Amino acid sequence: MSHGDMNLTLKIWRQKNTETKGSFETYPISGISPDMSFLEMIDVLNEKLIVEGKEPVAFDHDCREGICGMCSMYINGRPHGPKNAVTTCQLHMRSFKNGDTIVIEPWRASAFPVIKDLAVDRTSFDRIMAAGGFVSVNTGNAQDANNLPISKEDADESFTSAACIGCGACVAACKNASAMLFVSAKVSQYALLPQGQPERKSRVLAMVAQMEEEGFGSCTNTGACEAECPKGISISNIARLNREYLGAALSSK
Amino acid sequence: MSQKLDAKIPEGNIAEKWTKYKSTVPLVNPANKRNIEIIVVGTGLAGSSAASALAEMGYKVKVFCFQDSARRAHSIAAQGGINAAKNYQNDGDSIYRLFYDTIKGGDYRAREANVHRLSEVSGNIIDQCVAQGVPFAREYGGLLSNRSFGGTQVQRTFYAAGQTGQQLLLGAYSALQRQVGMGTVKSYTRHEMLDVVNIDGKCRGIIARDLVTGKLERHFGHAVLLCTGGYGNVFYLSTNAMGSNVTAAWKAHKKGAYFANPCFTQIHPTCIPVSGDHQSKLTLMSESLRNDGRIWTPKKQGDTRKAIDIPEEERDYYLERRYPAFGNLVPRDVASRAAKERCDAGYGVGTSKMAVYLDFAANMKRYGRVEATKQNIHNPDEETIVRLGKEVVKEKYGNLFDMYKQITDENPYEVPMRIYPAVHYTMGGLWVDYNLMTTVPGLYALGEANFSDHGANRLGASALMQGLADGYFVIPYTIGAYLSNEIRTAAISTDHEAFVEAEKNVQSQIEKLMNIKGTKSVDYFHKKLGKVMWDKCGMARNEAGLKEAIAEIRAIREEFWKDLRVPGSANEFNPELEKAGRVADFIELGELMCKDALNRNESCGGHFREEYQTEEGEANRDDADYAYVAAWEFNSVGEWTLNKEELKYENIKIAQRSYK
Repeated sequence: MSHGDMNLTLKIWRQKNTETKGSFETYPISGISPDMSFLEMIDVLNEKLIVEGKEPVAFDHDCREGICGMCSMYINGRPHGPKNAVTTCQLHMRSFKNGDTIVIEPWRASAFPVIKDLAVDRTSFDRIMAAGGFVSVNTGNAQDANNLPISKEDADESFTSAACIGCGACVAACKNASAMLFVSAKVSQYALLPQGQPERKSRVLAMVAQMEEEGFGSCTNTGACEAECPKGISISNIARLNREYLGAALSSK
Repeated sequence: MSQKLDAKIPEGNIAEKWTKYKSTVPLVNPANKRNIEIIVVGTGLAGSSAASALAEMGYKVKVFCFQDSARRAHSIAAQGGINAAKNYQNDGDSIYRLFYDTIKGGDYRAREANVHRLSEVSGNIIDQCVAQGVPFAREYGGLLSNRSFGGTQVQRTFYAAGQTGQQLLLGAYSALQRQVGMGTVKSYTRHEMLDVVNIDGKCRGIIARDLVTGKLERHFGHAVLLCTGGYGNVFYLSTNAMGSNVTAAWKAHKKGAYFANPCFTQIHPTCIPVSGDHQSKLTLMSESLRNDGRIWTPKKQGDTRKAIDIPEEERDYYLERRYPAFGNLVPRDVASRAAKERCDAGYGVGTSKMAVYLDFAANMKRYGRVEATKQNIHNPDEETIVRLGKEVVKEKYGNLFDMYKQITDENPYEVPMRIYPAVHYTMGGLWVDYNLMTTVPGLYALGEANFSDHGANRLGASALMQGLADGYFVIPYTIGAYLSNEIRTAAISTDHEAFVEAEKNVQSQIEKLMNIKGTKSVDYFHKKLGKVMWDKCGMARNEAGLKEAIAEIRAIREEFWKDLRVPGSANEFNPELEKAGRVADFIELGELMCKDALNRNESCGGHFREEYQTEEGEANRDDADYAYVAAWEFNSVGEWTLNKEELKYENIKIAQRSYK
């Protein structure tokens, strides 16, 4: 079935599983409409591969509206592709030209092992969250919500940090595969709110310790994470994380 | 044999039922809780909140999700907000009013006692979420902000820009991860539940597939909670995530859990229209936009002018015209049907002519003027007004406007959005009693997966409320009624023959799918099913169409099992195999939805039977014959028995719904 008139060449990373070595495969594809999303273009490729009796390309995706953080392709050397502030699922083919060659790889980081083709394992993020990414409040222990006024500025800034979708583009973009932007966004969300104060120090120490244990690299302030973040999470969060960490490390014990 | 269902609603006055019940429901002592295991399937708002709350109480919890992280469940995509009867705006809100609005909005097909309980705990949810550090929108004075939603005349919706679901889910997810870190919850991501295991008439566990290795696993639980969301993807195109599915609920249904009101599906009025046959999913533009947007079509049929070239007097603000009391804020079912009516009559816009305008220009200017006054700009010029107005709209809905631009390549700050209704939510689901237990003892359904609170139409911003109410504030109490009798049940070995048998059945279904080796992909069948469902069991239904649909779905089922091709193998990460299993279940469900729609010879809420409408084209309910929950019992594929739960309205006078 023809959808449009774009013809493209796709160079896609194929890898059977975590243990096997992968390599690039080349796939010509035609009949692509500029109104398709990038993932719909991959759907077209997969449909073709299935009908031809070949194995479709495995990739992670779910909401396809830029909020679940599941999609994760590294497109032409950039996480989530050429446009700023969009996820792969919200990238449309009108961002490419007829005749383009598009190189598609998985996130590359030792803390994100490849599961198959373009799908990677990001459970390291969950473990960082389990180490301290929360406010310790059991269900039913809360006071009336409006008994705790919070200045609009703080609430808005906290929200801006909390908008992180946990996709891991920051790690994929970083030459050191550092997870500092992800961790700092969560630390900032709570550090900016009164609810986060009681555990402010223990939280940052625990999350950073877990981050290091997972094998993420160090931050050397290149700023690639901020540039590639689909949600525009600011690198100023990392500065805050460093202050929070230093303060906590110096005053604890 | 058909039977009448007992919902086990506690005695007493509606306002006291819940308080009294939760004070008398049996408890499990802390020492016994440590020996009781609970399985939670799904990690959206209902699942994450239930799992964390139960673990905090001391139960041993296992939680399963098919995504790579609990944080990605589709609750994350909810945009507009969450309702709560806080009356912070001093506009006359109350528990009773939220209860009333929800029953009326549901077109008198929801269960009074459950809805009242939902309204009662709604305020606690906001308190809990704020305590967790959920950054809700606030006013300059530091207090929480509210907005309006459809079907109500008060402002009771709490929100975080257009990302309320994300912030609430991340709150529940952090509570869950806290328990994971403490070892009270064991988390199984990239796992899909493929069957429930019943022993001596009680649910005792599940069979799950590790989606990375393909290995089948057996898990025991004293109770199993299905928090697995709705089944909107039966239509192929919907606002649901690609992975959202009915499989867990459907497997439970085939093992004895009745499926209630399957035909009650919600078509959301404000979605981005379909752009072509490549489309894989539809994107919602939050109902909160109807606060500040006016919906219109040209007054002239087939008008090809650009929106900005159509003068004010040639625009038909049809919702304001038809429903002056609620205007653009009528409930979703009413707004969707009105859009369909305009487009079918030839007044639609855009290239497909299957869209209407949602226009922000007027409100943008209103905001601009207010902002100018605030900033002490007197007699602002038009340009300043528009600029300031845009800034306000950007703060309220920026992410939605960006998303619209990304998808359509049009700038909604400059031109009106084009919108059309799309499948969004399913009110039907597994039948549950007041305790949220299905017809299988020990098997529960929470959130969108159950049927209980929204009747035939859900009001906006009530799904988040229900998910969190069920998980944080209902199940922790009601589960005691069952588990207090289970303290003597030792953990059952997963070598038990029931587990062995269930795993064998799952294995053989997988082999069957792999071995068809036909010529067509899963998507081919899914799209075909979706088209039948949308055309014949969608926004409007009729007897002839539903009968055709049933025949067509049976033919699709036959073709599916003959000509499906699943590439790869079962012992590896294989997304096509996952999809195949889900679509097999959707096909069976689709038939039941049509059967249910055919049985219900009335129109109510989202269920609109063309034969049953008033002269003005409104839904014509039949309370004498259909004031019941249709709970279907599975006999064999394509064969069901209808059981009924009668709905009694003791506190709200049942009336013709009017938003005029």
